[in-house]
Amino acid sequence: MNDQTQAPGAAPTDSMFDGWESLNWQERRTRRFARWLTPAGVEFASDEVKAAYVERVQAVIDAVELRRPSRVPVVPMTCFAPAYYAGITPKEAMYDYEKLCAALLRFHEDLQPDFQAEPMGPGPVYELLGTKFMNWPGHGLADEQPWQYLEAEYMHPDEYDDLIADPSAYFMRKLLPRFADAFTGLAKLDPFSDVLEVAGLPFNIFQYADPDVAESLRRLADAAAASLQYAEAWMGLMADLIARLGIPSFWAGIAKAPYDCIADTLRGTKGIVQDRYRRPSKIIEAAERFAPLQIGSAVRQTALADTPLTCIPLHKGADGYMSDADFRKFYWPTLKALLRGLVDEGLVPVLIAEGGYNTRLEVVVDDDIPAGSVVWWFDQTDMAAARKALDGYACMGGNVPLAMLAVGTGQQVETYVTDLLDSVAKGGAFILGPGGCVDDAKAETFKAMIDAGRRWKA
Amino acid sequence: MAPSSLDDLTNAILEIREDDVPRIVESLLATGIDPSMIIGACREAMSVVGKRFEAGEAFIPELMMAGEMMKTVAAQVGPHLGGRDGSQTFGCVLLGTVKGDIHDIGKDLVGSILEAAGFEVIDLGVDVPPERFVAALEGRDGCTVALSCLLTTGFESMRDTVAAITKAGLRDRVKVMVGGAPVTKQICEYVAADDWGADAATALALAKSWFDGGAQ
Repeated sequence: MNDQTQAPGAAPTDSMFDGWESLNWQERRTRRFARWLTPAGVEFASDEVKAAYVERVQAVIDAVELRRPSRVPVVPMTCFAPAYYAGITPKEAMYDYEKLCAALLRFHEDLQPDFQAEPMGPGPVYELLGTKFMNWPGHGLADEQPWQYLEAEYMHPDEYDDLIADPSAYFMRKLLPRFADAFTGLAKLDPFSDVLEVAGLPFNIFQYADPDVAESLRRLADAAAASLQYAEAWMGLMADLIARLGIPSFWAGIAKAPYDCIADTLRGTKGIVQDRYRRPSKIIEAAERFAPLQIGSAVRQTALADTPLTCIPLHKGADGYMSDADFRKFYWPTLKALLRGLVDEGLVPVLIAEGGYNTRLEVVVDDDIPAGSVVWWFDQTDMAAARKALDGYACMGGNVPLAMLAVGTGQQVETYVTDLLDSVAKGGAFILGPGGCVDDAKAETFKAMIDAGRRWKA
Repeated sequence: MAPSSLDDLTNAILEIREDDVPRIVESLLATGIDPSMIIGACREAMSVVGKRFEAGEAFIPELMMAGEMMKTVAAQVGPHLGGRDGSQTFGCVLLGTVKGDIHDIGKDLVGSILEAAGFEVIDLGVDVPPERFVAALEGRDGCTVALSCLLTTGFESMRDTVAAITKAGLRDRVKVMVGGAPVTKQICEYVAADDWGADAATALALAKSWFDGGAQ
């Protein structure tokens, strides 16, 4: 079904999408799984490597579809862990792609996780953009620290109506210049939807002659070129990990819960809390606006990859962040719309429930989301309670504590993993991994997690 | 219209009626009431919100909004206190996000709750190196230290901070709590803190129990 001349990651020109409109979600997903199992353009180093690759992918497919896999798949879910593991600083990982790729290669060769670690972000790109909504090593942080997002009220409270009326225009003209200097000139551009009449066209493009706009476009082109260098380094490594080690990539893209788009990135924790009391209906309207946009974004990101898994990190709906009534009113309806939209496209949403989700379990088991269509990845949630709530409904994952990986012993991790799997994985439908994204884990503990998962038998 | 009572103020905060709070405070001040009683009514509300949070009946929005309203009241009442400080019934808490970590949401929430509950909070900010905690402790023997981090890379900084306090010879006089999303009992033991909490309400409960218990 795949065009064998394609490199992994190339845009799909294959027949996967033939007759797509007439397929139901399971049929679409079956095609996407088939592509994941037989990635285009890959020449495996040996039959054994190919078999290892297929076994790993199939184990996740089985878990997602609520079966018992041949063994529990182990996903490393890393941030800067491979850099620390290989003894390079986060700054080196973000600026020296040779060192980055060497570190990642060593991490995968030594530990043999079932799925690939994640990219860590290109320093030169953030620098060229003049990025303002994060600090990174060398820019507000020491070389040894991972990058950190700077939460702020990037969207002002009186701008909800602008956002709701035309999100793209609002982002271009107001929000992006607050995210990064390179976007500043875009504030002068008219919305693209102004372009409708031939007579008006020359006037619609006047602003492109503005020096600020030209400067922004130049800076963006420079940053894009730097992005491509990063992507080339990264994708070359990914292809190598697949072809030589048989280690697949886990997820293709990222989507955000529509409420989190606003609460995390636009308004911040304090802003969204005030909005909850001062303009609650605007939060809901804006979240409803984001749901289809996030579906489209995830579909586009996945078009570049083999895997149909989409990462959805969940933040501001965790236990403690809001009442059950507010979760049902402000958070879940648009998250559900996002999930349904992704599932309908044949994608597999993997919800990373950071913090605790104990009070949400009853809500997220929802008839509108089909059984066996999503993965719930838990951090500090009571796993036995989660298994009970999600049994026969959704694959689960995660839960090895970040704190234990950072300061514990291999023995502690091994015991934890074995107890966890005994408790929740006997019927399958489970993927092992850390509770969240790992920065500093000891080599000993990380290895213990992977090895204990691999050794465990139901 | 009947004059407002202190209960009205407490209830307005508990029901998050932001617009009513300044009006009620103005009405109370007009009666010539001791302004520190107005602060007391706010603390009462904050204490109830904290208890509701611990019981799973209130959440971050209620905590944050109560803290915000408390600040509004403090600004409104401040000029009427005549130099008296209505916020010193407990001791002080030295608060900060540890070196290498620049996250402030959790720390700020802890600070605002402790302050509203009547603690003097000395907020050192984010990315605070151990020596700044130690320097800030000098001359403040009664202070509790509250260390925050969101990143797991903050664990070593927490440990270094507690070690620096020990090295400065202050550890036996200072209680240390640690908190933040990834912090667990294991981290509390690893960094040699006295106790830990996953959320702001726990920080308040800990601080109160330490001060009530005469630990400081």
